[in-house]
Amino acid sequence: MAGRKVWKEVVYHILVALGAFVMVYPLLWMVFSSFKPTDLVLPTSDRLIPTQWTLRNYIQGWKGFMGYTFSTFFLNSFFISITATFGTLLSSSFVAFALQRTNFRLKKLLFVLVLSTMMLPAQILMIPQFMWYRHLNWVGTYFPMILPYFFAIQGFFVYLIMNFIGGIPRDLDEAAKIDGCSYYGIFFRVILPLIVPALVTSAIFSFIWRWDDYLSALLYVDRAYMRPISLALQLFNDPSSGSDIGSTLAMSTLSIVPATIIFLIFQKSLVEGIASTGIKG
Amino acid sequence: MTTVVNRRKPRTFKSWITQESTAGYVFSLPFIIGFLMFMLIPMGLSLYYSFCKYDIQNDPSWIGLDNYVKIFTNDKIFSKALGVTCYFALVGTPLKVIFALIVALILNHETKAVGLYRATYYLPSIIGGSVAVAILWRRLFESNGTINAIISKVFPGMAGYNWFSEGPAIWVLIILTVWQFGSSMLIFLSALKQIPRELYEAADVDGAHGIQQFFRVTLPLLTPTIFFNLVQQTINSFLAFTQSKLITNGAPRNSTLFYTVYQYNKAFPNQGKSQMGYASALAWIMLILVSVVTILLFKTRNKWVYDG
Repeated sequence: MAGRKVWKEVVYHILVALGAFVMVYPLLWMVFSSFKPTDLVLPTSDRLIPTQWTLRNYIQGWKGFMGYTFSTFFLNSFFISITATFGTLLSSSFVAFALQRTNFRLKKLLFVLVLSTMMLPAQILMIPQFMWYRHLNWVGTYFPMILPYFFAIQGFFVYLIMNFIGGIPRDLDEAAKIDGCSYYGIFFRVILPLIVPALVTSAIFSFIWRWDDYLSALLYVDRAYMRPISLALQLFNDPSSGSDIGSTLAMSTLSIVPATIIFLIFQKSLVEGIASTGIKG
Repeated sequence: MTTVVNRRKPRTFKSWITQESTAGYVFSLPFIIGFLMFMLIPMGLSLYYSFCKYDIQNDPSWIGLDNYVKIFTNDKIFSKALGVTCYFALVGTPLKVIFALIVALILNHETKAVGLYRATYYLPSIIGGSVAVAILWRRLFESNGTINAIISKVFPGMAGYNWFSEGPAIWVLIILTVWQFGSSMLIFLSALKQIPRELYEAADVDGAHGIQQFFRVTLPLLTPTIFFNLVQQTINSFLAFTQSKLITNGAPRNSTLFYTVYQYNKAFPNQGKSQMGYASALAWIMLILVSVVTILLFKTRNKWVYDG
């Protein structure tokens, strides 16, 4: 009986590990191929491990195109993603606090509107927003990619933080009130320090989504030196930029390094974040 | 203490600003401004433009319902794009959710390695939306690419198979979306954890085991989660943009032309004049369509979702 159980476990682990390998195979292929000499990438595409290792693709690729190296594109992406994420965290936690811990006449309506923004993703708003930003003379600047995020436009984050605040005992608010705290004091002194885990989860998602945001870059960035990595990579992929498959794969690999590192570090809180927002929906 | 006194008649600015409802509005202010500035105004503007002929260079001119009439009566590409998008959503979403459920059931297992497995299966979802993955996917399915190289070892006839021809091209995109079942899987996993053990024990006593337990206990209790995942993923697939734009850009012969890509091409064509008014009308039709689909999904909810 015990022997059968052990066998079952072994088979289970072999199958699940095999499945996991199949799942990440495409990514492994990209990473390993980026270390192959570029003219061997396609002829040896059925084997994962390079027979010859080289860093040439990284050195060659980093030089970029049209006079800008990939340091420019990476810095642009970091700048946009970090500022937009900061704005999202700040504004979303304000609004989440208002909807969860205060009472006012329009609260219900606002809550419905927050939820409706979750149903109104960027793809539907792409044309309307483009025309509006054009009126505002924002096309060709980073404004459309940063400023809106300071106004809690992503209901997902408000909702995520609201759920988290909902789990904090109201006695803490009451105690702070008795100690003479205003609602502003309650938010900054009591709630904000306690919602750090929710902020971490939100920050991870926001950062990765901003980092990957190709659509806004395509719509709003026209000058080469302002390109974030998503747009730069797409243009670099085009053979007319003078790139080859090796350097394209090398730069593609580098472009997913930040998200992968963040994922590996914060894996646990990320997983919990998805689970908690999912359940309540 | 002060809040109670101040609720009625705030006398000073300080007592006004610190009362509960004022604080509520102050904290909501970012969203109120954001909603007006970045949602409502653009939507209103585009509703107006959808009744106009507008090419960005010249001022918009009112043409009434012409854009809508043309879309519904005289635009073959519109119906093609709508068909492609519906196919993608209706085939891709259920596949993705079923995959997520199966893997979640497999990973719902007490072992130390489960965290590692969970992370590995989820990894494609976290980076799947990137341009890097779009580039990679195109390379993998190229006729001399990895997929063919591996498949042709078992089926030599598949060597040089053209994945980007009219039939299979949409499947390249469906496979990509199914590959990213990770977040649905995580939601299933945490729902599975919340099913009380006693229910299984009771089922055991009643003589229901294995498959029967799954259909009598697990599946009914998971229906709210299945519903949530279906709604979320359906909306997502109706709006897929980046990957289809980058991997196939509608080719060949519009067989992978997603609605959002069509809309983009109308507004920002490679050559010729921009048709912003027309694209606005397309955006509004999409908005109504997604709302209708969501409402329909919610209508079916009572029929099969078990609310305990």
